[in-house]
Amino acid sequence: MVKEAFPIFDTLYIGGGTPTAMADRLLVRILEKAGSVFFFTDDPEVTVEANPGTVSKEQLDWLRQAGINRINIGAQSFRDDHLRFLGRIHTAREAENSIRLARGAGFADIGLDLIYGLPGQTEKAWIEDLAKALSFFPEHLSCYMLTFEKGTPLFADLAAGRVELCPEDTVAALFLKTSEFLRASGYLHYEISNFARSARLRSRHNRKYWTLAPTLGLGPSAHSFLNKPPTRWWNVDDPEIYLKTIEGDKRPVKETEVLTEAQSMTETLFLALRTADGIDTAAFDRRFSVSFDRMFGKLVSELTADGLLYPRGGRWAPTLRGMQFSDAIAQRLIDRI
Amino acid sequence: MNNIRNFSIIAHIDHGKSTLSDRLIQAADVISERQFHDQVLDTMDIERERGITIKSQTICLPWKTKDGRTYFLNLIDTPGHVDFSYEVSRALASCEGALLLIDASQGVEAQTLANLYLALEHDLEIIPVINKIDLPSADIERVKGQIAEDLGLDPETALLVSAKEGIGIDTVFEAIINRLPPPKGDPEAPLKGLIFDSHYDAFRGTVVHFRVFDGTLRAGETIRFMSNRAAYKVEEVGYFQLERIPQKQLSAGHVGYLIAGIKTVSDTRSGDTITHRDRPCEKPMPGFKEAKPVVFSSIYPVASDGYEDLAAALEKLKLNDASLIYEKDTSAALGFGFRCGFLGLLHLEVVQERLEREYDLSLILTAPSVRYRLHLSDGSIVVVDNPTMYPDPKDIIGAEEPFIRSTIYTPERYMGAIMQLCLERRGINKTYQYLTSDRLEMVFDLPLAEVIYDFYDRLKSITQGYGSFDYELLDYRDTDLVKVDILLNGERVDALSMLVHREKAEQRARRACEKLREEIPRQMFKIAIQGAIGGKVIARTTVSAFRKDVTAKCYGGDVTRKRKLLEKQKKGKKRMKMVGKVQVPQSAFLSVLRTDSE
Repeated sequence: MVKEAFPIFDTLYIGGGTPTAMADRLLVRILEKAGSVFFFTDDPEVTVEANPGTVSKEQLDWLRQAGINRINIGAQSFRDDHLRFLGRIHTAREAENSIRLARGAGFADIGLDLIYGLPGQTEKAWIEDLAKALSFFPEHLSCYMLTFEKGTPLFADLAAGRVELCPEDTVAALFLKTSEFLRASGYLHYEISNFARSARLRSRHNRKYWTLAPTLGLGPSAHSFLNKPPTRWWNVDDPEIYLKTIEGDKRPVKETEVLTEAQSMTETLFLALRTADGIDTAAFDRRFSVSFDRMFGKLVSELTADGLLYPRGGRWAPTLRGMQFSDAIAQRLIDRI
Repeated sequence: MNNIRNFSIIAHIDHGKSTLSDRLIQAADVISERQFHDQVLDTMDIERERGITIKSQTICLPWKTKDGRTYFLNLIDTPGHVDFSYEVSRALASCEGALLLIDASQGVEAQTLANLYLALEHDLEIIPVINKIDLPSADIERVKGQIAEDLGLDPETALLVSAKEGIGIDTVFEAIINRLPPPKGDPEAPLKGLIFDSHYDAFRGTVVHFRVFDGTLRAGETIRFMSNRAAYKVEEVGYFQLERIPQKQLSAGHVGYLIAGIKTVSDTRSGDTITHRDRPCEKPMPGFKEAKPVVFSSIYPVASDGYEDLAAALEKLKLNDASLIYEKDTSAALGFGFRCGFLGLLHLEVVQERLEREYDLSLILTAPSVRYRLHLSDGSIVVVDNPTMYPDPKDIIGAEEPFIRSTIYTPERYMGAIMQLCLERRGINKTYQYLTSDRLEMVFDLPLAEVIYDFYDRLKSITQGYGSFDYELLDYRDTDLVKVDILLNGERVDALSMLVHREKAEQRARRACEKLREEIPRQMFKIAIQGAIGGKVIARTTVSAFRKDVTAKCYGGDVTRKRKLLEKQKKGKKRMKMVGKVQVPQSAFLSVLRTDSE
C-alpha cells in the first residue's frame, strides 16, 4: 500500500527527539533498510537532526558515509545562560564544537536551529547570537520565537510566575530585525522561521508540509499525508504501544482524517501564507475548481493596500509585515470559504 | 345571573397570585391532577420562570356550595407588571370584585396600592387576602395594620391563606360568593360587550376575550367593534375552562370568548366595545384607549442571514401581541432588522426572550429609546424615537421628552438612597408621605428615558429588594437633547448612536467606549474608540494594535491542530460585525447595549 501511494521519495528526514543519540550502527541500519524498502531519486535530500553534545567525529563520519547529506543542529543559542534557561543539556562551546565537527566530517549542508524572544533578551544580545551563528556559514537557519508549550517545565515556570514573557513588542521587533539582518547577510527569508543561503538550500523536506505534498511518517506520533483524497494520519504516541502494534503486524495509526474541500482549502491558504512564495492562485483555481480572484479578490486588494500582501509572479505573497500577521491574514481569507 | 361572579386577583409581583389561581383551579376540579402543573394560567415559559403573568387568561370555575347550589366563578387573570397597567384596567372593568392579595411577610407594596386604586376606580368590591401565612417570617398583625392604615380597608375582613399549602382556600370561595355582588345587566337590551384581551389560535384565528354587560350574543350573529366599525360574523361563543367550551349564547353578566374569523390580534383592541351590527347599543363602554408603545429599540439578527427568520418570528409573535409594533430598519453595522415599539422595558424583554427562546434567534437590540418631540426652525414638529432619524441639530430649536409619574413605596431607611437615585435621574420630587411610621410613599416625576435605562435594577439593589415601583405616563416636557455617536477609527457605528440628555452624554459615551474597549479584540492596527456629539469628541479610548500573531513552527504534525484553531475562530467570527475595517464581536454590541450593568 505504501509503495503504491509513495512510488518514489526525494527526501528523508530523521528527526523528532535526538536520533544521533542512537547507537551508531542502528541509525546506519535504519538508513540501509529505508534504502532497500523504498525507492529514492538519484539526489535525495537526507537530513538528520542532531543535538550538540550527542555527536562524535566518528559518528558523523559514519552518517556521511551512510548517505546523509544534510545535518540540522539544535544549537538554540551560543550563550550558556540562555541554554540553561532553555533547559538544554549542552553548552555554547559544545554547540560550536558540533558544528565544526560536522563541517570536518564533510557536511556541505548544515542547518542551525536558534531561539529568540527569551525573557529579558535585548535586540543587541540576539544579534550577537545570530552573528555567532553566521560565523560558521550555515547553509540554513531556523529562528524560532520562544513558545511556552503546555506540559513543559518552562510552561510551569511561566504559570508559577518564575519567568516572564518577553514583551510582544520586543518579540515583534526581534522578528523584523532577524529578517533584516539575515537578508543583509545574503540569506533568503523563505518561511516565517526559516532562512537559506540560496533557493537550492531551502529545506526540500519541510517545504512539503507547507505545500501539502505527500509525506510518509514512521515512528511514534509521526504524521503522514496523502493528497488524493487529502488524508492525514498519525501514529500512536507511546513508543511501547507503537512497537507492540507493528510487531503484531498492525498499523500503529492513532487517527486518520480525510479533509473536506473547505478544510483542504483552509490548509492550502494558511500554509502558503507562511512562505515567501505565497499563494499560487492558478494552482489554487485548478486544485479546487474555483476562482481565487472571485473568492478573495476584494479582500486581497485590501490586504495589499494595507501592506500585508504583494503580487509576486502570479502569486500573492506575504510582505514581511504580512508574515508577522500570517495567522490573522489566513483567518480573514478562511472566513470567506 | 345570580349564580355568576366575575373577579380578578390583584397583587404586587411575587405575592403569590399565580399560586392562588392554581389552587382555585385545582379546588374547582376543572383539571385533573395529571394535567396539573404549577401556574397553569401562565403558559409561556418566561412567565413561569419569572413568576409573572404577561398574557392574561380567563377561566370559569364551577363551585358547588354546601347547600347544593352551583356558582360559576369567572377568574379574569391580569398581567402583573406596571408596563401592562392598561390591560389590567380593562380586565378589572370586566369584574365586580377583586381579591387583593398581600404577602404576609412583605406586606403592602407599590403595586398593591396601585392595583387597589385601579380596582376602586372601577367600583370593585375588594376582598383582602393575606397569603403565605405559613412562612416563618409571616407577620399577620403588621399586615393587618397596613391594610387598615395604607389601604383604608377593614382588616377584619381579610382572609388568611397559604395558597402554596392549600390553607384557607374554601374561605376564598365562600367570600367570592357571599361578598362579591352578582353581575347586573339586561339580557334583552342591545348587546354591549367589553373586550379585555385576545389571543391567537393557529386554527381559528383571533379568540376575543370579553365580558357581556347587556344583551345576548349567539353564534351566527354579526357584530361590530365600535372603535373601528369593523363587522364580523360570529362563528362560536363560549367560556374558558383551560380549553374552550362552546355555548349557544353568552348573555349579560357572562365572561367568555368569541371567534369570528378575525385574522390577527391586532384587529382587536382591548377596551373596545362589541355590539350587534343591526341593533347597536347607544354608547360604547368608557375608558377605551389605544395602547401606545413608549419604548423603542431596533432588533437585528446576529447572523446576517437571519433576517428572514426574524421577520417570520415577529410576524408570528404579533399575531398574539397587539401591543407590539415593528417596521423594517437597516443599519450599516448590523444589516437588516426591525424598529420595534413596546409598552415598556419589561415588554421589550419579554419579546426579546420569546424571540430567542421560542424561535431560537440570536439577536442584537439597540439601546432602548423613548419617543421625543423635536421642534424645528421651520415651525414643524417631528417625532423621533430612532437616533438614525435624528434631524440636523442646526434645524432643531427645541426638544420635549415624555415624563412619568412614579410612585415608589419603601421602608423609610432607603429614603435617602431613593432620593439620590431619582435626582440623579433628573427626577422631580412631588411628594412623600408616611403610610406607617416606617414606610413611605414617594412620588417623583421622572423622564421615561431615565427609567428605561437601568432604573428598576438600581432601585431594587439600593433598597435590597424592598422598594417597589409603579408609574403612569404623564406628559411631555422640555429637554436638552443631544445625539451621541460612537466612532471606531472615525467610522460611526450607527447601531450604537443614542439620544440622551446633554448632562448624561459624557457619562454614557464614556461608558460605551469603555465597554467597547473591553470587548473588541486587538487587531493589526490601533483602534480609536470615540464618543462624539456632532464633530465634538466627548470620550475616547483606544485598543492598541497587536504586533504579531504568528506561531513559530508549523510542520507536518502541527497542521491539523492549527487548522482546527482557524476553523474554531471562524465559527466565532460569524458573530463578528465589520465596522469599516474593524471587527467588532457581537458581545461588544451586547455589552454596550445592555443597560443592567453599571
